[in-house]
Amino acid sequence: MPIYSREEAQALLKKVLSYSKADECEVSLRGNDGGNIRTALNAVSTAGDISTVGLAVSSVYGKKAGSATINEFDDASLEKVVRRSEELAQLAPENPERMPMLGPSTFKDSIEYNPKTAAITPDQRADLTAKCLDVTKAAGLQAAGFLENTTRFEAVANSKGLFAYDKSTDVIFSVTTRDAAGTISGYAARGFTDVSKLDTASATRIATQKALSSKNARAIEPGKYTVILEPVAGTYMLENMFRFDARSADEGRSFLSKKGGGTRLGEKLVDDKVSIYSDPFNTELPGSTWNGEGQPLEKIDWIRNGVVKNLSYSRYWAQKKNVAPVPGPSNIIMEGGDMSLEDMIKSTERGILVSRLWYIRMVDPQSLLLTGLTRDGTFYIENGQIKFPIKNMRFNESPVIMLNNVEALGKPERSISVESYRSYLIPPMKIRDFTFTSLSDAV
Amino acid sequence: MKRRDFIYLSGAAGAGAMVLPGFMAMGKPIEQEEALNYVDVRIKKELADVALNTAKSKGATYADMRIGRYLSQAVITRENRVQNVGNSESYGVGIRVIANGCWGFAAGNAVTKDGVAKIAERAVAVAKANAKIGGKPVQLAPQKGYGEVSWKTPIEKNAFEVPIKEKIDLLLTANGEAMKGGASFVNSMIFAINEQKYFASTDGSYIDQDIHRIYPNFSVTKRDVEIGGFESRAALSMPCGMGYEYLTPVESEKVHGVVTRYKKRYDIIEDIKNATKNAGEKLMSKSVEPGKYDLVLDPSHLWLTIHESVAHPTELDRVLGYEANYAGTSFLSVDKLKSGNFHFGSKNMNIVADRDQAGSLGAVGYDDEGVKPTNFQIVKDGVLSNFQTIRDQAHIIGLDHSQGCCYAQSWDDVQFQRMPNVSLAPGKTPLSVDDMIKGVEKGIYIVGNGSFSIDQQRYNFQFGGQLFYEIKNGKIVGMLNDVAYQATNQEFWNSLVAVCDERDYRLGGAFNDGKGQPSQSNAVSHGSSTARFNGVNVINTKRKIG
Repeated sequence: MPIYSREEAQALLKKVLSYSKADECEVSLRGNDGGNIRTALNAVSTAGDISTVGLAVSSVYGKKAGSATINEFDDASLEKVVRRSEELAQLAPENPERMPMLGPSTFKDSIEYNPKTAAITPDQRADLTAKCLDVTKAAGLQAAGFLENTTRFEAVANSKGLFAYDKSTDVIFSVTTRDAAGTISGYAARGFTDVSKLDTASATRIATQKALSSKNARAIEPGKYTVILEPVAGTYMLENMFRFDARSADEGRSFLSKKGGGTRLGEKLVDDKVSIYSDPFNTELPGSTWNGEGQPLEKIDWIRNGVVKNLSYSRYWAQKKNVAPVPGPSNIIMEGGDMSLEDMIKSTERGILVSRLWYIRMVDPQSLLLTGLTRDGTFYIENGQIKFPIKNMRFNESPVIMLNNVEALGKPERSISVESYRSYLIPPMKIRDFTFTSLSDAV
Repeated sequence: MKRRDFIYLSGAAGAGAMVLPGFMAMGKPIEQEEALNYVDVRIKKELADVALNTAKSKGATYADMRIGRYLSQAVITRENRVQNVGNSESYGVGIRVIANGCWGFAAGNAVTKDGVAKIAERAVAVAKANAKIGGKPVQLAPQKGYGEVSWKTPIEKNAFEVPIKEKIDLLLTANGEAMKGGASFVNSMIFAINEQKYFASTDGSYIDQDIHRIYPNFSVTKRDVEIGGFESRAALSMPCGMGYEYLTPVESEKVHGVVTRYKKRYDIIEDIKNATKNAGEKLMSKSVEPGKYDLVLDPSHLWLTIHESVAHPTELDRVLGYEANYAGTSFLSVDKLKSGNFHFGSKNMNIVADRDQAGSLGAVGYDDEGVKPTNFQIVKDGVLSNFQTIRDQAHIIGLDHSQGCCYAQSWDDVQFQRMPNVSLAPGKTPLSVDDMIKGVEKGIYIVGNGSFSIDQQRYNFQFGGQLFYEIKNGKIVGMLNDVAYQATNQEFWNSLVAVCDERDYRLGGAFNDGKGQPSQSNAVSHGSSTARFNGVNVINTKRKIG
């Protein structure tokens, strides 16, 4: 039984807490159930079906804590795990940063769970994959793809009366389409809470069209260009700056640190057009309504009209700085405009359309300078039209500098990071003076 | 020893069970002494037989099962306090089958006869569902059963037996040295891994393995509040397939020079003192002038370049397109291999693959599909000579056996092709690092690995480092900053003009190398001696964000 209902989880956690003799005790129960299917060369390469569940107990005496975990849930085992955590807590060193556990709180129900996604079977995964392969075979191309669905639950209770429960689902799909000779390549990625929104055939058609359009790519000189980043490209680039942590900023080792000390809270950081926030109740990108510390999560602005509006403060750091704690983001949404991708292209005199970026790594954490490359569909734009496909290029650019050079934003779309697979709502972006530093022959 | 005494001596055992991103996430916290309780091999064999028989009865033509107990321990400190101590265990069963010519896999943590039977049934159901899609049936290279065998990493001191208090004391002492040296911040940690893996297959193998890895690391930061800048230097340690003995300094395992580096024993106290000094030097150092330089690359840096530009593109599954949707394919091809004259690099380039180098991360007795690995040469005198293979792909390059390159990060992940240790062989002509530097007119000597990025076919790459020293007319004249080099793979390896001899040979490695979907982590070592590459393009990475 890897997915417990709220009532089942609450009953089990209540029983575990009844054994506690510590100053404070927290119990958490987590489980997941799901599967995946991976394809290459238009056939299945690997596939799996996985389910796990586990229970953890943390006991606290003053500022000393100890933890233990089991995956057996008979009464004797439950009592034993509580005693072990208590014994460990009494022997542990004091942690000066340890904060007392939080008491009861009201958490709104999350909207992260979809029964259709939770009910996905191996046959359904195979069918969704077959639809993708039908498209590539018809186009004379080869698909390499990945589809994964997960149902998760998490429940936490403590001796101060806190109880929180959350259940969520998601399904992600991505596909790369190439010809047998490896001369062209296209890509599409989708992520949803509700599997009925997933159309693997239509996503594959986009990847196929990208691939076919990228034939006979030409080399252009690296340098500074206006770029139009499609959401999947922008997501991966911006993911590296979605850490609005006050402590590292206060400590002077973040792009949010201020010269001479302090943070950039309240300061203008990026272009006026940029607003970034979190909202667990966004229907396109729902998130958890509470975090691991038992704090409710609500809508919160991180950047509003280019100004840093909030930084995340852990309870310990908030106390040290004498401010209210601010929980970190449960999801990230970037507002956009109403310009379509086509209109962005039409309004571009000379620029580059970027479908996807790859292998982004931090070069300098002070400026947030990143390096990476374009991939799977890069096109030259001239006088408002896509003129020809171009060879891939390496960039060295900071997302902070990039967001200071915003020309236009389109309608936000749910897109996934091609490396972390986290979902975000990100608009297509038109950015001036994006720095490319070298050419790549990679297809 | 009584359990309570053990815990007492272990100090902070079990304190804090926070999940560590990318490291502890797959496990559950356990107390330290639990790590020393092994699962009885007879029980594992009984379970294996149930799983394999169930799979066959449901229609599998081949099946293998892995009972895995994966232990990880992390001791993490910052300045004068312990941030986290985590003992984590992940225990369960993964079963892989071929049914109707297609792979299927299922996993769960119900390690009982009934539990493994159900998992085996699910694995067959997955295979049969996927078989409807079509495709070529799986073709496995033949593999004889080994019967009941075992293998263990040759360690002197099991890291899980060392009291946590001892680890905390060592790290806090190291942090204290950094703070005394003027560090603004210091983080230090020791990671230890123990994979207790039991593999069984319908070929008749029952393989019990006990694999150990350890990785001490730190980062020292010095800050200049006025200019708003900071510089860091990470440890010059290597993650390795060793026990806690790696943390016992031995003078003969030190390599002295502009900064001390280490072979098979590590001195964290000495290294952190040097790192603190280096971080300050970096704040004051000259920003590099972009242009062409001859690069002298220390093994502590070169391992990562080998990893990304040689080891990954010579994975056969990547060459064939199996990774196309994630990290990509390869600029290499089966045709280039078969031609027998594809010049990957200069004649100084000899790349060897193994799974038996002492102290390496990749050392195992058997891979995760029950194959005893072989050593092989990937590049010989600059010419491409082999790819890395597993059982279902060996036939594609004309091999009648797998080379033992199969691995899964845990019991609940399917095993697939992962690299063994891939290393640059040392030069055959006697050559020291000093003598190599003497011959360089305009160059940069790079120590330690930094930022890294490479394209999806492994052509274009960019690497940073930890420490950069300017070489002028055969002499090191000072430190540089903001250095990264960009190159194209073949061009770079063809610019390899010299490799120091075996006296300088050292291992580096990746403790967490990602590949696959869902992404899995692998640990692998890459050895080399210091090497010189001529005329490489260096860029300046300094930017201001206002």
